[in-house]
Order: sequence, then C-alpha cells, then structure tokens
Amino acid sequence: MKFLAYLVSGISLGSIYAIIALGYTMVYGIAKMLNFAHGDVIMVGGYVSYLAAANLGLPALPSVLIAMVVCTILGITIEALAYRPLRAAPSLAVLITAIGVSYLLQNLALLIWGANPKAYTPVVSGTLQLFDGQLSISYVSILTVACCVVIMVALTLFTGKTRMGKAMRACSEDKGAAQLMGINVNRTISLTFAIGSALAAIAGALLCSFSPALMPTTGSMPGIKAFTAAVFGGIGSIPGAFLGGILLGVIEALARAYISTQLSNSIVFAVLIIILLVRPAGLLGKHTQEKV
Amino acid sequence: MTPGSLRVLNSEDVWDAKTELQGKFKRDPLVPITRTSYIPERDADKTPILECIDLGITFGGLKAVDNFNMTIGRTEIAGLIGPNGAGKTTIFNLLTKVYQPTHGTILLDGKDIAGMSTAHVNRAGIARTFQNIRLFHNQTVLDNVLIGLHNEMDYGMGGAILRLPGYWRAEKIARARAMEYLSLFHLEDHAEEPAGSLPYGAQRRLEIARALATNPSLLLLDEPAAGMNPSETAELMENIARIRDTFHIAVLLIEHDMSLVMNICEGIVVLNFGRIIAKGSPDDIRTDPKVIEAYLGRKGGKSL
Amino acid sequence: MNAKKYLKDAKSDLFTYAGVIIAFIVISILKANGGLNRSQTGLLVPICCYIVMAVSLNLTVGILGDLSLGHAGFMSVGAFSGVITAMSLMNVIPSAPLRLALAMIVGAFFAAVIGFLIGIPVLRLTGDYLAIVTLAFGEIIKELITCLLVGVDADGLHIIFNASGSKTAADLNLLEGGRVIIKGAQGATGTKTIASFTAGFILIMITLVIVQNLIRSRHGRAIMAVRDNRIAAEAVGIPVTKYKMMAFVTSAALAGAAGALFGLNYSNLAATKFDFNTSILVLVFVVLGGLGNIWGSIIATVILYILPEALRGFASYRMLIYAIVLIVVMLTTNNPTLKIWREELREKLSKKNGKEAKDA
Repeated sequence: MKFLAYLVSGISLGSIYAIIALGYTMVYGIAKMLNFAHGDVIMVGGYVSYLAAANLGLPALPSVLIAMVVCTILGITIEALAYRPLRAAPSLAVLITAIGVSYLLQNLALLIWGANPKAYTPVVSGTLQLFDGQLSISYVSILTVACCVVIMVALTLFTGKTRMGKAMRACSEDKGAAQLMGINVNRTISLTFAIGSALAAIAGALLCSFSPALMPTTGSMPGIKAFTAAVFGGIGSIPGAFLGGILLGVIEALARAYISTQLSNSIVFAVLIIILLVRPAGLLGKHTQEKV
Repeated sequence: MTPGSLRVLNSEDVWDAKTELQGKFKRDPLVPITRTSYIPERDADKTPILECIDLGITFGGLKAVDNFNMTIGRTEIAGLIGPNGAGKTTIFNLLTKVYQPTHGTILLDGKDIAGMSTAHVNRAGIARTFQNIRLFHNQTVLDNVLIGLHNEMDYGMGGAILRLPGYWRAEKIARARAMEYLSLFHLEDHAEEPAGSLPYGAQRRLEIARALATNPSLLLLDEPAAGMNPSETAELMENIARIRDTFHIAVLLIEHDMSLVMNICEGIVVLNFGRIIAKGSPDDIRTDPKVIEAYLGRKGGKSL
Repeated sequence: MNAKKYLKDAKSDLFTYAGVIIAFIVISILKANGGLNRSQTGLLVPICCYIVMAVSLNLTVGILGDLSLGHAGFMSVGAFSGVITAMSLMNVIPSAPLRLALAMIVGAFFAAVIGFLIGIPVLRLTGDYLAIVTLAFGEIIKELITCLLVGVDADGLHIIFNASGSKTAADLNLLEGGRVIIKGAQGATGTKTIASFTAGFILIMITLVIVQNLIRSRHGRAIMAVRDNRIAAEAVGIPVTKYKMMAFVTSAALAGAAGALFGLNYSNLAATKFDFNTSILVLVFVVLGGLGNIWGSIIATVILYILPEALRGFASYRMLIYAIVLIVVMLTTNNPTLKIWREELREKLSKKNGKEAKDA
C-alpha cells in the first residue's frame, strides 16, 4: 500500500513535469533552442495565480486563467524581443540570451514580490480516501494527472490535425521550406511560445498546489528536470515528453522513498544518462544520422 | 591506355582467392561470386590494392548496395559511374567505414579491414574526398593540409605543451611538406586564407591535397570535377594522372563527366540500383547495351 | 609567407601572457601600497580561479565545440579533494605554498579522473544532448559531495558516505586531536585558508601555457578539425574520441586545479556553491569573451566578475542590471546590421595597418 502511495505521488509529480516538458519540447522542436527561461515563466504563472486568488479574492479557475493570459503575453514578448532577433545567430548566443532572460525574470520577481516564500493555496483541496483510508490521494493529484492527459491529447490532435499544427511541424522540419510554402514562420513560432507559456502557467499553479512554497527560484529546478524529461522521452516528440515526464516523476518519488532523499535528483539524472546511452535520441525520439 | 593492356583474371585465380577467404563471410553466398575483374597488365603480378568481395549494405530493408565485387590494381585509375542514386557514394562510405557493410569483405592490400574505424582505415591507406566538399572552413588552407599530415607528426601532448625540440622539428618538416602539397595544386599563394573563402574549384583541389597529405595508397575522389568548367576539368585530369605517376598510388573516382571518365580511367564499373551492371575498359562500357539503357532509357539512343 | 600566420599566432599568445603579467604587477603594486580595499583584495583569488575556469571551459566549448553545462562539477571535485589534501597534510608539510601546490595537483588529478570517467559516456553524444548530460553530471557530483563526511586524525583519513542523511560528523569516530574536514551539506568547514593571489597568477600562467601551446600543436589542430567537421576529421585519420577526450580531460584537470585554489580561499565552503548556476556563470564568461578566444575569456571574466560587485551600490538592482547587460550584449553582438558594420570597420582598420606596415 505504501508503494502505491509513492507511485501515485510520483505519477502526479510526473504529470507536472510532463506539462512543463510538453511546453519545452514544442518550443525546442520549432526554435531548436534550450529555453532556460521556461522554468521562470512557470514561476511567474505561480505568482500571478497566487496574487489573483489572494489579492482579488478570485476562485481558482479564473485566477489560473488570468495567469495563463499573462504568461502567454510574457512568452510572446520574450520571443519577439529576445529570441527573434537571434534567429540566424549561433545557438550558443541564443542559449546565453535565454539564461539572461531567466536571470531577468527571477530578479524582477525578487524585486516585485520579495524573497520570502509565499504560502500558495492549492487550487483544489481535500483528499480521496481509498481502501479504508489506507491510501489517500489528494484531489490536486487527480486534477494534475487529468490536466496532463487532456493537454497531451489536445496537443497531439492540434499538431496532427489542424492547419496551424501542421504549419508548426513544417517549421520544425525546415523553416526555409515552410516559408516558401507560404507559412508565416514568425507567427508560427510566436504561437508555439504562446502555447508553451500557457502550459507553463497551468504547470505553475499545479506545482505550487503540490509544494506550496512560492519563491522567485521556484521554477528553475522543475524547469531543468522537465527539460530532462523531454530529452528522456525524445525531444520534439509530444508523447515522448508525456512519457518522459511521468517516468521522471515516478523514478524521483520512488528513489526518494526507497533509496535516498538527498540523492533523488542524482538518481533521476543517472537514469537519464543511461537512457541516452542506450537510445541516444531518447525513448521515442527519432535518430537522424548525418548524411555523408 | 589501350584496352589491350587490361587482363582478365582467370577463373583459377578467382577460385584460389575464394577458398582463401572461406570462413570470413558472415554467411555463405547463395550464388558463386562473380569476381571477374579487370586490372591493368602492369599491376597484375602484385596484390591488388583493393578487393571488394560480395559487398553489400541494407538500409531498413532496402538493399542500397548488393553483391558488389571490384578489384583495383596498385597504380590503376578506376572509375565508378552510374545514374544518380545508384549507390556510388554509398560504396565510398562502405570503403571508408562511414557505414558498416551488412555483408561482404573489403581487402586493402590483401588485408581485411573489417572492424576498423574510419580513422583507422585512413591510416591503413584509404583517403577520400567528399561530394559535398568537407573542408575545415574556418581554418587556413595550410592548416587544412597540416591536419591531413597529423599522423605524420610524432610528438606527444607533453612535447606540444612544453614545446620540446621534437615539436619544432616535426612542425617545421610538416609545414614544408604541406607547402609542397599545396604547390602541386597551385594553392601555395592562398596558404594563409581561410579554406572557406576559396573559390569552389580551389576548394575541391584543396580537398584532394589534404587527402594526399595522409599518404594513402588508394585515393577515392567523389565527383572531383563537379562544378568545374571544361578547362578546370582538363587540368584536373592532368593532375589526377600526375598524382598517380608521382605517388604511385591507385585512384578510384566517381564522376558524371563522361569525357573525364573515358579519358583517364583504365577500368570502369557501372552501378545501377546498387548492383554492378557492367565492368570493363572505357571502350567496353561505351558500347555496352545495359549501360546505354541505364543512362538513356530502354529504347537506346546514341552511344556515350 | 608561410610564417605569417605562425608569427601572428605567436604574437597573440605573447600578448596574452604579457597582459596577464602586467596586470599582476600593477595589482601587486596597488595592493602593497594599500590601493585596494578589503573587499577588492578579497576578489583577487576568486577572479584568478574563474579566469582559469573560463579558459579551460573555452577549451571544451570554443576549441572542441562541445557545450558543457557541468564545468562547476570539476571545480567542485578539485575544491574538495584539494581541501582534503591540504588539511590532512597540515602537520606533515608545514610550508603553506607547498601544501597549496600539492592540493592543486591532487585537485587537478581527481578532476581529470572524473572527467575521463564522465567523458566515456558524454563524448558519444552531441549538441544539446551532450549539454544536458554534462548538466546532469554536474548535479550528480554536487549531490554526492553533499553526502560526504570526511575527517582526519592520527590514523589517517576517515571517510563516510552518508546517503541516508542520518549520520553526523560524530560518526567519523575521530581520535582526539582529529579534525573534521567536510561536514556533508555544510561542506568544508574550518579550512585553513592558504590560497594567495600569487598562486592564482601562477596557475593562470600555467593554464595559458597548456591551453595555448596545445591549440597551436597537431593535437589542437586535430581537436579543431573534429569541431569543424567530424566526418572529414575521421577521413583524414584523426581518432575523434581520443582528441575529444584529450580536450575534455585537460579542461577538467585545469578546472580541478582552479577548484583547489578556490576551496582553499574560504574557511567554509558548501558543495552547493558549485551548482548549475556556477557552470552557467563560467559559460557566460566564455561566450561573451568569444568562443576560442583565450584573451577574450580573461577579459570577460574580469569585467563580468567585477560588474555585480561594482553594482553593489544599486543593491537589489544589480543582478537585474547584470541580466539586462547580458541580453543586450548578446543582441548587439549578433545583430546582422551591426555585424556587417563591424566587419567593414575591421577591414578598413586592417587595410590601414597593412599600408602602414608597407610604408614602414
């Protein structure tokens, strides 16, 4: 029964990673950049929904929606101001810029909201008792897993079936060719950042419901781990990000419970390394060999 | 070179080679190997520099190259031709171990090169150029050749860091030799320019110079005349012949320029859909109906 | 003409050595005459360490062309092995400079060993995959050291790996007179600080000799060939893995030496100091200084390390300004219009110089 409890907490933690990783993987797929600021957009999402609930007294759903709107605008703005001018620049330049944006967001948050952790009120409260109270699952966990599945399915349908989704896939394969086919590349990339950032806002609210201390640095570690999850599943692949996120969460929860709390991150990273050695393109990624 | 100087290895030779090789195949070929090959008379008494026996590679179920048999004499200039997508570059990639063959054997100077890496194969004696030129673009022309001379220098890491006498000696010799290679290709005046800034034809020449610097016994040239004008091509032809005569090495080239192939190649192999459809001297190939069909379609037109 | 680039390279190398030596002399004179205040003096050793970090990371990122996000991990290995060495030899070797030198050698050695072990899997990967795996290794090293309890007494070293987190320094069972060197999450405590600016200067010079001479050798050319075109490099007979490993391990060893110096500059130092953010910090120095540009790495390190300190007056705004500077620098250096403009300017200048040289 204990194992089951750990597993459930792992799956729900993994679902949060998966939601972040979905945003990461879409942005990576199209912009081919490690967006280190993604984790900080999560933090902004957390703060906005916290403030909407705490200061305006709004219920959970509208406050998360407000956070999504704010993060979407933020994501599009970051892309337009910081990343778009660097589209032809070497990838390292873009990486450093992303790190700069990450510092900027963290320090702005520090100035505006201070360093003291805020106690976040979970979006839903209460727990579900199963097996005569032997296994209790919080409603937040259930909501997280449900959100994650819905988002994954929606994104798969979106990229597979819709015009914009197809444009996105075309841009991720070859921007030049996509442009020649009449696709507005800039708008498509903006849209990808918008979707990724909106997902980050949802992830922010769920993450803070899960572990309620909200700080300017709240987003950075989950951001890195979600990126790990995306690589784990095969970066650029939507089902891969989902699978990678869940697996990462489960491994982390079980490692924390059975092996060592202090070494849980190490174990997660060690598994990542092993997976990449066996499958260099991740679990569901496609391996492309350079043509000679 | 007249066709008369070519010699067909007799069937007895073929059989000897096959018994010698038995057990080296991953699987026994279903059909006897047709290894009839042409090598120039003057090389006939020496071990061929290259022998490919039943070479093949499969990509995801597709046989990109199958049952490829070829022999190249020690000082032969050989040609590998065929329509686009016939698998010519794939052969080069197999010979240099960029791809690992699914089956078959490659003998370089009589020695099996199975299990060798690309770098190892180069040190064993095969150097190549690439269809899409692969120079070290940001480095100077001279440095490109010096990189080719890498294995000719012998000082170690400690010698490099402490700048021991061995470092200076080896570097001085290497620089002088690199300049010699460059002057062979009239590139000595561009030695200090970044390789990427050279015009297209000069980049192709530099790639050949760099390959030669690795001191090969077999030089593989992948479309050396691509993008060259007729006078550059003529010069290239002379160069290739001169390389062979100066360094006493064999050359295998892939080329679409038929005038070049027919003029300098002694033995030619024609590939289509990954299989050899004809082998022989330029005159044999020119008149071979299968070759004409492969190039011009079923109802043949004028000869090549 | 053959010797032209040769001379140019040699000149730029000498310029770098000269620049460092002059800076050392000027700062030493200032220091001796009281021209530097306490906080400025305190920056000297860390700046030296970060210069070595940046130059060594430049070897991996700029010369080898592999993005490493775990360089702080090697610094960490060097720091803690160096601290253990120096602290445990305190009674055996009374001379502090000798102990420091030994600590740096041991630090470099352990970092090189770890670099080699990590290199085996890491160097099979490329691009962002390689980046994320180096990041992962950096975090793993950090957590492993956080679990370490080390003490020394008359019997020698006592080491406990405290994975469960339940043990304390008391479990080391040190004899009387023993010293605890590393206390788990608290890191190294009570370290006798023996690092000096002179040692930092010497380490920088050694690093420059190693890195610059390596770059100008057949090994350096091979490493750059692998960076520029791996397939072509293999085709001319360069064993790619060997040279990738050579660059990676050299880089790790230098970072280890820098770490040892850094570790012996503070009486208390936690493993969390060497986290992902430190790796990123060094990477920023390298990228802003210019990939493959050694002198650039040195200058960028000095400016960017001093910048937040200089902005101390702005207190809470300083990291914000730092972030903005970072973004603006990246945007302007990579702006296509400005790039063309800069290249034109450079061409004009070089023409002018060429003319002067001819006239002279």
